[in-house]
Amino acid sequence: MTRTQASPVRSWTASTSVLSLRNVDVHRGEAHVLRDVSFEMPPNAVTALLGRNGAGKTTTLLAVVGLLAATGRMSMAGTDLKPLKVDERVRQGIGYVPEDREVFADLTVAENLRLAMRGPESQARLQQVHKLFPILHERAQQRAGTLSGGQQQMIAIARALLNDNKILLIDEPSKGLAPAVVTEVVQAIEQVKATTTILLVEQNLAVAARLADHALVLDQGRLVYSGPMEDFARDTEATSRWLGVDIRPKAVGGRGNE
Amino acid sequence: MAMNDVISLLISGLGLAGIYFLLASGLSLIYGLMRVLNLAHGAIFAVGGFVGWAALEYLPVEPDWLRFTAALVLATLAGAMLGILIEKGLLARLYGRPYAQMLLTLGLAFAMTAFLGGWLGHDPLTLKQPAWFDEVTVIAGSRVVNSRLVIVGIALILFLATVVFLRRSKHGLIIRAGVNNRSMVMALGINVSKSFTLLFVIGSGLAGLGGVLAGVFFGSVTPELGTQQLIFAFIVIIVGGLGSLEGTALAALVVAVLQQFVNYYGPPGAGDLVTVLLLAVMLLVRPRGLLGKVAA
Repeated sequence: MTRTQASPVRSWTASTSVLSLRNVDVHRGEAHVLRDVSFEMPPNAVTALLGRNGAGKTTTLLAVVGLLAATGRMSMAGTDLKPLKVDERVRQGIGYVPEDREVFADLTVAENLRLAMRGPESQARLQQVHKLFPILHERAQQRAGTLSGGQQQMIAIARALLNDNKILLIDEPSKGLAPAVVTEVVQAIEQVKATTTILLVEQNLAVAARLADHALVLDQGRLVYSGPMEDFARDTEATSRWLGVDIRPKAVGGRGNE
Repeated sequence: MAMNDVISLLISGLGLAGIYFLLASGLSLIYGLMRVLNLAHGAIFAVGGFVGWAALEYLPVEPDWLRFTAALVLATLAGAMLGILIEKGLLARLYGRPYAQMLLTLGLAFAMTAFLGGWLGHDPLTLKQPAWFDEVTVIAGSRVVNSRLVIVGIALILFLATVVFLRRSKHGLIIRAGVNNRSMVMALGINVSKSFTLLFVIGSGLAGLGGVLAGVFFGSVTPELGTQQLIFAFIVIIVGGLGSLEGTALAALVVAVLQQFVNYYGPPGAGDLVTVLLLAVMLLVRPRGLLGKVAA
């Protein structure tokens, strides 16, 4: 089985999709990092954005948030994102969990969370976040820089959950974390994924396969696959070709067995 | 080293430290948040000094301590107004162009200094201080001029107020986070430029007020007041660490007290030389400064 060509199994019309990219190109200095990327994201599902290092995954998220300049069309729930500045785009309903977490090390845990709170609903959501990550409540007055990598990742995810966002952009939540902590983070994302639309960048194929419903695969800035996550994860030829990994299906969260 | 001299020099040093702090704190936070090096900050300081001089000279307010208070308020307001004009009117048009911003503020510094000189001349104008300022208070057997105590007191209150603002207010939170990582603050949906405008206004107001205190400390003001003190402010910022209010305060103390003692006991000009040496040592040994938040 080879599903190595871009083959949208289901196509979502712009009206039902939460996030829509059309012919998006991004240049970083001399490098042409995203080339003519188009995709639609269905609501209340996790879409994994996969690919090798340097394929353009993080760049895609940065372009959506507005931290990198892009050409082409981008809209979220019908709103054109292009004319909006970073903070305006985010206030439209984006929760951004950056690669390397980027918590404010000198601020306390409570201050990190307070900074992310945008509206009156945030206070109620803070209670839910504390239920999801009790450690953030216990360490509220501690400087964020003194927390472990996993706990900092919890702050980063919590910040995105404090508002009623239309979409979460989560960049490599498992990066640099111990396996036990990865499990904890994955469980947290599983808890929120039923009610949220998530675009997830993930190097760890097992984590992606467990969380995602759909897969988008980038190679050298081009979209080369779009379809169900399960099919992609099972396709060893595709995974080794586009991700350079040789993961047997049994390692993928126990799904399938060939 | 006589004990009397030590106490008197220490309090003078504290007063000078307060002046350096008022000039340097705004400069440091403004750079820390937006990477804008405001070279016109010294000129705002000088304008504050002149507004203070004019208020003490011409305001028909009695008693004299009330006139002095009015001078401080007016100089702060003048600094803040200049801050709004510079930030909103000029700098905001050049966001993302650091060299253009630096050249603009450098030009403004020259223009404002020249304007003050053309209008009021280059001779030192003596401030009419309240009579009580020239009297002395005996502290631990040492005679200290009252004006020094006033400067130390005002600077201390403003330092504490700034700390509370940064720690307790939402804008303070945004400023502290933004000095650390501005893109991430924006990616949380926060309009950083609003907080920056506020910071610019507060920083400029503090500089304006600092100009009056400098006039009290040195006895007079000249158009070049800002340019001269801006050099020491830069040394304070680098020694303290960019973007750190506490670092700026600590470095202001170290630089000013050292300068006072060496100037008193050493040959003329040695105090200024020592501060430059301190800067050189700091850049070699610890380039991010005592409590720096921003990689230099």
